[in-house]
Amino acid sequence: MVLPAWMPTVVEAIYFIAAVLFIWGLKRMSSPRTARNGIIWAGIGMAAAIVATFFLPGMHNLPLMIGAIVVGVVLSWIVGRRVPMTAMPQMVALFNGMGGGAAAAIGAVELIKFNAALMLVPDTSPIQPEAWVNVAVHLSPVELVLAFLGVLIGAVSFTGSLIAFAKLQGWMDRRFVFPLQRWVNLAIFAAAVVCGALALAAGIEGHAFAWGLLVGFVVLSLVFGIAMTLPIGGADMPVVISMYNAFTGLAVAFEGFVLQNEAMIIAGMVVGAAGTLLTQLMAKAMNRSLGNVLFGNFGGGGGAGESQEIAGALKPIDANDAAVMMAYAERVAIVPGYGMAVAQAQHKIWEFAKLLIARGVKVKFAIHPVAGRMPGHMNVLLAEAGVPYDLIADMDDINPEFPNTDVALVIGANDVVNPVARTDKSSPIYGMPILDVANAKNVIVIKRGRGKGFAGIENALFYADNTRMLYGDGQAAAGELVAGLKTLDV
Amino acid sequence: MITGFLALYIFMLAAFTGYEIISRVPVILHTPLMSGSNFVHGIVLVGAMVALGHAETPVEITIGVIAVLLAAGNVAGGYVVTERMLEMFKTSKPAAGEKK
Repeated sequence: MVLPAWMPTVVEAIYFIAAVLFIWGLKRMSSPRTARNGIIWAGIGMAAAIVATFFLPGMHNLPLMIGAIVVGVVLSWIVGRRVPMTAMPQMVALFNGMGGGAAAAIGAVELIKFNAALMLVPDTSPIQPEAWVNVAVHLSPVELVLAFLGVLIGAVSFTGSLIAFAKLQGWMDRRFVFPLQRWVNLAIFAAAVVCGALALAAGIEGHAFAWGLLVGFVVLSLVFGIAMTLPIGGADMPVVISMYNAFTGLAVAFEGFVLQNEAMIIAGMVVGAAGTLLTQLMAKAMNRSLGNVLFGNFGGGGGAGESQEIAGALKPIDANDAAVMMAYAERVAIVPGYGMAVAQAQHKIWEFAKLLIARGVKVKFAIHPVAGRMPGHMNVLLAEAGVPYDLIADMDDINPEFPNTDVALVIGANDVVNPVARTDKSSPIYGMPILDVANAKNVIVIKRGRGKGFAGIENALFYADNTRMLYGDGQAAAGELVAGLKTLDV
Repeated sequence: MITGFLALYIFMLAAFTGYEIISRVPVILHTPLMSGSNFVHGIVLVGAMVALGHAETPVEITIGVIAVLLAAGNVAGGYVVTERMLEMFKTSKPAAGEKK
């Protein structure tokens, strides 16, 4: 295919427009009203950039390329469409990992081409400046460094995200720890860096490097991604996924620099920065530093002092009584957590809330920033069920209201309502901001069993005098509550 | 050709842009936004296409195809998931009527 000489300029222009659309789209996504529109703009930019790329000069392997695009798009389109809303966090992890893997693969291809080109040049050490002209694929030292960094970061993001996916999907044990794990991980990382640095040093000097170094670098980077993610508990996964999201962005930006592709540089860097900030926001919501998440010992080793004894007993309540209690309350706050997501109870809960509202009860949904598996996870689920977002309150808004709340209905939330976070210094979650549900006049907790929460910590709220436990699957319990309300009206 | 400090400026400005955009986002949009930015770095597909388009040896082509496959998955999956999340955010106007 012979392309006109002005084609590259047109492609560049389209890349520029795409970069503008990405930033514009992300900006639109920052408000609920315009968010939907934002992703569509970004999508248009993406489609334009992809189509434009076919018209770059000197593109080969087009049938293979189109085939791979079609397969990749169709497969993940189907998966993305079919998964239930509760599985969204792991889907983000999965697709993010794929992006990281792609960035690493691009870096690998570029490095292979560079090295193969170097091998054809007679090995005068160090290479003379004029000899570089003969090297078919020339990467400047900066490009070389970024190519290696991109491979490292992308590979870590790839395998790390896949592990995060497997954990959230329930395919893997939540944590995997062994003695000296940190040192083993450090050794893997150091080995990867050494391999990379040796190859890099040779490349900058103009020597071809041994293929084994590149292979070792890639493999060790992949292994490090796995090793780094294995010991992290499921409760911390949102932070980790967000971090890998930022990693992939960075890797894309670096490889974009190697390929001299401005759209990749801008989009990758924007995501890298945005993802980094988002990661910090999430870690802050859990009152933990990123270092603590990555290298901390959440629930491991058992902390220093023994945790405080929790006095009292669990007091069960039956669904009818609970329904009556809320039917005659003035203010009810519903506090959903991951348990609601698992039980797919959001529709039933909203049905119940609508009945309460119809009776004149003031109902609010109280959302902890990290309830569920990701910030905003609960909002997404409630929105899916049709809950208007003016009924949904953030932690800071609702916390002062709990003392005036007659009934707080906790469904499937645990650690985020555990008062131990305020009172018990030896608790691993001490200092984490919580919803002050315990201040409500009455608390009803819908819970499947007597087990502990995700963090494996006993919850003092469940033993409080004003707390009643409603045992059962979230959806079934919500159904019984609805039935209980309906009998009142007969 | 992007070189040296020009690249550094681009990196810096893009980083500030990303930082600014996110810092004004309400908590309820964090998950969709993470998903949205996940979609945006799907631009890696463009790079994967370039890498495959210039690949010559079987090894390069194989890795290139893997890159394109993965990147295409990132783009399509990222879009679908983000769009599904966002289509649930309805304005509160009709819902307010529902209360009565």
